[in-house]
Amino acid sequence: MTQEIIIAGFGGQGVLSMGKILAYAGMLQGEEVCWMPSYGPEMRGGTANVTVILSDDRISSPYLKVYDTAIILNQQSMDKFESAVKPGGVLVYDPNGITHHPTRSDIDIYQVDGYRLASEMGNKKVFNMILLGGFLKIKPVVKIENVLKGLKESLPERYHHLLPLNEEAINKGMQSIFAYDVEKQLVLEHA
Amino acid sequence: MSELRLMKGNEALAEAAIRAGADAYFGYPITPQSEVIEYLMDQRPEKRTGMVVLQAESEIAAINMVYGAASSGKRVMTSSSSPGISLKMEGISYLAGAELPAVIVNVVRGGPGLGTIQPSQADYNQAVKGGGHGDYRMYVLAPASVQEMSDFVSDAFDIAFKYRTPVMILSDGLIGQMMEKVVLKDERKRLTDAEIDEKYGSWATTGRKGRERNIITSLYLEAERMEQRVRKLMNKYQRMEEEDLRYEMIHCDDAEYLFVAYGSSARIAQKAVELGREKGIKVGLLRPITLFPFPKKQLFELADQVKGVLSVEMNAGQMVDDVRLAVEHKVPVEHFGRTGGIIHTPEEILEALEQKIVKDGSIRHHTTREPSLL
Repeated sequence: MTQEIIIAGFGGQGVLSMGKILAYAGMLQGEEVCWMPSYGPEMRGGTANVTVILSDDRISSPYLKVYDTAIILNQQSMDKFESAVKPGGVLVYDPNGITHHPTRSDIDIYQVDGYRLASEMGNKKVFNMILLGGFLKIKPVVKIENVLKGLKESLPERYHHLLPLNEEAINKGMQSIFAYDVEKQLVLEHA
Repeated sequence: MSELRLMKGNEALAEAAIRAGADAYFGYPITPQSEVIEYLMDQRPEKRTGMVVLQAESEIAAINMVYGAASSGKRVMTSSSSPGISLKMEGISYLAGAELPAVIVNVVRGGPGLGTIQPSQADYNQAVKGGGHGDYRMYVLAPASVQEMSDFVSDAFDIAFKYRTPVMILSDGLIGQMMEKVVLKDERKRLTDAEIDEKYGSWATTGRKGRERNIITSLYLEAERMEQRVRKLMNKYQRMEEEDLRYEMIHCDDAEYLFVAYGSSARIAQKAVELGREKGIKVGLLRPITLFPFPKKQLFELADQVKGVLSVEMNAGQMVDDVRLAVEHKVPVEHFGRTGGIIHTPEEILEALEQKIVKDGSIRHHTTREPSLL
């Protein structure tokens, strides 16, 4: 089983670290993992994306054209990656700042209102963990306990007091993901 | 104790240098390989193993520091990316001429000139055909994973000392920047001067101590002696071909078509093999792990089995020349690759195979060449 995932948004949204935590969790449960950032002369506010591949087998290409799942955090990334989801695949996105919602009917589309929820939690930085939690509710590709271990490994020790908040954010995301109906252009049911 | 970690290629390479018992690293930062020196500095290897890590004032200074340390028999490494490697070329030629062991890492970016910071394989010719002046070769290892970025460091040191020759690890920005899980080798102790003498013979300038003088030089003003030196080098390169050629074959047993690709392109081409086989195209992959020596004989033999060969490289067509030489016109050989920092997708590679080689089963004569870029 191979899971090919793209996470895309603005630099500074925690795109790369979300991917890293996912990859770390995969490694902890014995999978082959690959984390491939788009790198370039980019900074906070620019676009950033990362490909994460989890597999039981040796991973071939780290660079892909189509993905099983896209986690999309801004409009530019929606424009670029909605079409890159394989038929039958999953698209998870945060509606904040999205002007053109996804329209494909051959994939499963979900919304997590991560930005608003993070603001309510009083720390916008946990935004990425809310999205990750939502994704893991739909596709439990890694165990939450391994995500928490991955989080601990990738956060510098001086931020370890924020681990409970991050865990809360993951749980919040799991409770707050909704299926999006492209026909009615509405968030419908609790996923 | 071997250890499992999630690391970037550049970091895995740096950690491997410490564990390989390297005595020194001299370098100068450049994207996309700056993590090598950052990681080494951060690890304080002078405390861990006594390894010296120094940021030189330039790439040229760094390669000449390598020359000095290598002359005294030390295990020494430098790394850079394309424009920086060009600056090191004079020093590399001197290392080869003076028969000095050293490990040089090139995490390639797009060029020519200052180019771009994105991944590329456009330094193939520079690494494999020389780059510096004179009749010399480098043993060139091409890692295709973070694991190999780690494993190839100690392999490179072993080859460098076995042949007293500069060895290049030719990586690229993709392998350098991505993270994968890596099993780190156990730390080996740095060798003492006496151990180096015992293991590799007394050739280094370690202080005379009653023996004959050891002289390290690449200067031979008498033409006859210079020719002798060149012949000696050529004999070493011959031995490398016989004893230390490395390659990997993937799905070649029943292959009707063949990709030849190294490093990151080999990873992407492997996915193209999977996609091709899903479509019923029997395609295999020959991955040269050493680019010099090159798996000529293996290609020559595979050419009796396959109907055509596509050389996949992130450049405008460099390794394809070596593939054509090895295939000796038995079957068509074409090139496909994106350049300038663009990475080709598995789908593009498969499409190129179908258009340039498979073509409804009809085989074109090899002399009908098309522009190899998209």
